[in-house]
Formats: sequence, C-alpha cells, structure tokens
Amino acid sequence: MNLDARTYQMYAKSRSKKSPVFVDCLCAFLAGGVICCIAECFYRVYLHLHIPENNVRILVPVTMIVTAALLTGIGVFDKIAKRAGAGTLVPITGFANAVVSPAIDSRAEGFILGVGARMFVIAGPVIVYGTLASVVWGVIYYFLHKGGIM
Amino acid sequence: MQKSLIRIPNPPHILSSAAVVGQKEAEGPLGAAFDLHSADDRFGMDTWEKAESEMQRIAFGVMLKKAGLREENVDAIFAGDLLNQCTGSSFGLLDYRIPYFGLYGACSTMAESMTLAALTVGYGIFGVTAAVCSSHFCSAERQFRFPIEYGGQRPPTAQWTVTGAGAALLSAEGVGPYVTEVLPGISVEKGISDANNMGAAMAPAAVDTLTRYFAASGRKPDDFDAILTGDLGAEGHGITLDLMRTNGYDLSRVYQDCGLMIYSSSAQDVHAGGSGCGCSGSVICGPVMKRLRSGEWRDILFIGTGALMSPGSVRQGLPIAGIAHLVRITADPAEQKTGEGETV
Repeated sequence: MNLDARTYQMYAKSRSKKSPVFVDCLCAFLAGGVICCIAECFYRVYLHLHIPENNVRILVPVTMIVTAALLTGIGVFDKIAKRAGAGTLVPITGFANAVVSPAIDSRAEGFILGVGARMFVIAGPVIVYGTLASVVWGVIYYFLHKGGIM
Repeated sequence: MQKSLIRIPNPPHILSSAAVVGQKEAEGPLGAAFDLHSADDRFGMDTWEKAESEMQRIAFGVMLKKAGLREENVDAIFAGDLLNQCTGSSFGLLDYRIPYFGLYGACSTMAESMTLAALTVGYGIFGVTAAVCSSHFCSAERQFRFPIEYGGQRPPTAQWTVTGAGAALLSAEGVGPYVTEVLPGISVEKGISDANNMGAAMAPAAVDTLTRYFAASGRKPDDFDAILTGDLGAEGHGITLDLMRTNGYDLSRVYQDCGLMIYSSSAQDVHAGGSGCGCSGSVICGPVMKRLRSGEWRDILFIGTGALMSPGSVRQGLPIAGIAHLVRITADPAEQKTGEGETV
C-alpha cells in the first residue's frame, strides 16, 4: 500500500460515520431544559415551604447534585446521559456525575489513593479553569467598575 | 530478503479451545457457540480486573478439560490482555504451574500468542503450548476511557470492548485444526490519533499483512473459506476492503471481522462493533474453531489486529500505530473422518 499518511487520514476522515449533530443538539437542548425545569420546581416547592430565599438558592443545587449522585450510584445516570449528552453534562448534574463516577470506580483502590485521589480526575480541570476564569473576570470587572462602565 | 511468511514444518494441531464471554456477548448472534458465559459481568469477583482474570482462568481450565490434559502436560503459556503490565493474564493464570510468557499485542494478542505457540511447537521447542488472551469491557473502559458510570456519549466510529477470553491448546500430536502458516505483523502508522476510531488506525496494518501474505504465498482471497480480521469494526472493515481492492485483491466474498460478527449491529448498541483481545480471542476459540472442526470451513486466515497506544500516548498527541499478525488455520481431515477430537 503506497497511500501516504496525509491522503490516508483524509480518506479515513471522509468515510467515517459522523455524529448526528442536529439530533444531539436537540436532545441536549430538551434534556437540559427539563433538568432546569425540575430545579425550578424544587425552587418553588422550597419557597412554598417558607424556607428563606437565600437558603433556597443553595438548597436547589444541593438537591440536584444529590439526585445526580444517587442516579450515578444506581447506574441510571449514564443511561440518561447517553441520549441527553450535553443536556446532562453542562448543568451541575454533570459535575456531580463526573465526581461520583470515578469515586465509585476507585473504591477497590482504597479511600486515600483510590477514591480521594481519583475523585477529581474528570472534574479537576473544570474546577481549575473555572476558578481561573472567575479570577480573570474579577480583574476585568474591577477595571470596568472603576471606569464607571459597570 | 525478509523472511515474512513462515510455513511451519510440522504444523501443530489445535487440540482444544475454549471461549468464555459476558452477558452482552452471549446475547449476540454467536452466543450459542461460546463455551461459557456469566450473567454477572463480575464473574463472582469484587473488581472488574479480577473478573477479567477469572475469565482467563476458566477458559484455560475448560480448554485443558476438553483436551483431557493436565497442567503438567503443558510446556508453556503465551498470554496477554489489555491491562497495565498484563495483570489480567498474570493473575488469571497464577494457579497453573506452567512456564508463562506475558505478551502485549493490544487487541492482536490472540494471533500473536497463537503465532508463538505454533512456532515453538512446530519447530520442536515445546510439545504442548497454550495461547490465551482476554479483555473486559469494564476494566478496559476504566483504564482507557472513562469511569463506568460516567455519563458521556461515544461517536459512531467508537467500538465496544468485548468481555471475553479465549484459550487454545496447540500440540505436535493429536487431532484438530492445524496452524499451517504464520506471517508476523509489522507496525504501521498512518497518522490516525483519534482513539475513537481504532478501526481506521488498525486497518492499514491489516492491509499491509494481507498484501504481504498474498504476494508471498501466491494464493488468492477466494482460496479461503473465510478471512477474518480481529476487531476492525465497521470502519476498519470497509477501509480494508477498499484498500485491498486498490492493491488488486478482492476480499468481498470471504472477508469478515470478528468485531462485526460478535454483536448484532441493529439490536445491540455497540456503534462500530466489538474490539479488544477478547473479541478475536473468544470468536476464534469458540465459533470459528467449531466451524473448522465440523468441516464447515476448511481453510481460513485469521488476522489479529491491534492498536498500539496507551492513554498517555494519546493525551500527548502521538498517533496510533496498528499491528496485524496473520495465522492460517487449516481443518484436519482426520478429525472430520473419525469425528475424534474435542466434544462440546
């Protein structure tokens, strides 16, 4: 076979089956929307129970995280996520799954070097770059505020 | 001139073989042709890695039992798997006091171990050898991709690691299909670095090996009842057909891929098909051997295909090289005449 690497890569890429981007986006949009609606329901219920709004703002994400962690633990989350894609990944539910799934997986390797060390294998970069982005925005905000723009 | 095609002077017999698979594989189109399966993918163990080792232990035991031999009759084991440092094999075969060679040929391990087992018997170094390999969906997923319960999506070109183990016993004497020729693979790298398209990464190696084989042997694809690649999946199968045609060989009538045979592409959600050492391992040691023993197939080429990479090499952006070892297996006329050999 005399096919050079470049030609082969182009050939392989052109014939490979592509992900159904439109359907994936639609599923993500719907699933993400449903998750947000569920969170909104919790929000309303908690307010209805006369919990102070400040506490409700914390209670809702906590509820969503616990639910996602529970669904991960009983092996349901990945089945939903398979269809929902970014719809479950982007909200806080995805973050919970990203922390809980490696923790479950590493149980056999002990609590320190297994669960403790591996827990943030997937979520770690999100925390690092999320924090970094907020610092950068904080600096920008400071100057915008000082200049009277915001 | 490189000596690539080896015609084994005293072709060893495959005395017996055994295939152990998981539930999903048992539900596939070849389900009935495997020796054993476990409805519990943990095979009674507490970790996935132990489950994989257990599959090898069971496969080896069943294989020995079928041949009516004991561990002291086996001179050497050639075994491998996908786990770091080949612990699937080393722990799985720890119970047996038999000289052991651990191999890493990625998913080509069944062909690699069979090649070495056949050569050492064929050239009179050993009398009886075993070729063993395994892969487990969950242990492979943990090591190469994401945690089992992680909610992610796979692209259509991704393949599903087969939960399965295969073991074959080769001997200078006895009855059973012969390993008549082997052609060791050469690593081929064409710049594919997408770990979700292993088929495209491995296909050039299969094409290289097959082309070298036909050139050296003077045979044609249609001389064989089947030409089976290990785990190229839908992508690699298509590429191999295409590229072999450009090289002047039409494989379309005889070419199949173990990764496409083991699952139903319509009923089982496996994207481009099966992969892993256990894919070709279980298909060759189970259904394929049965067809060779029954006389349905008389002469086949098995090309074990492997993607040579690690999670680290992929993260560093290195391309994935492919390897493909070829083993020619010919049915034993004596077996069909006498009906001797293994009974299932």
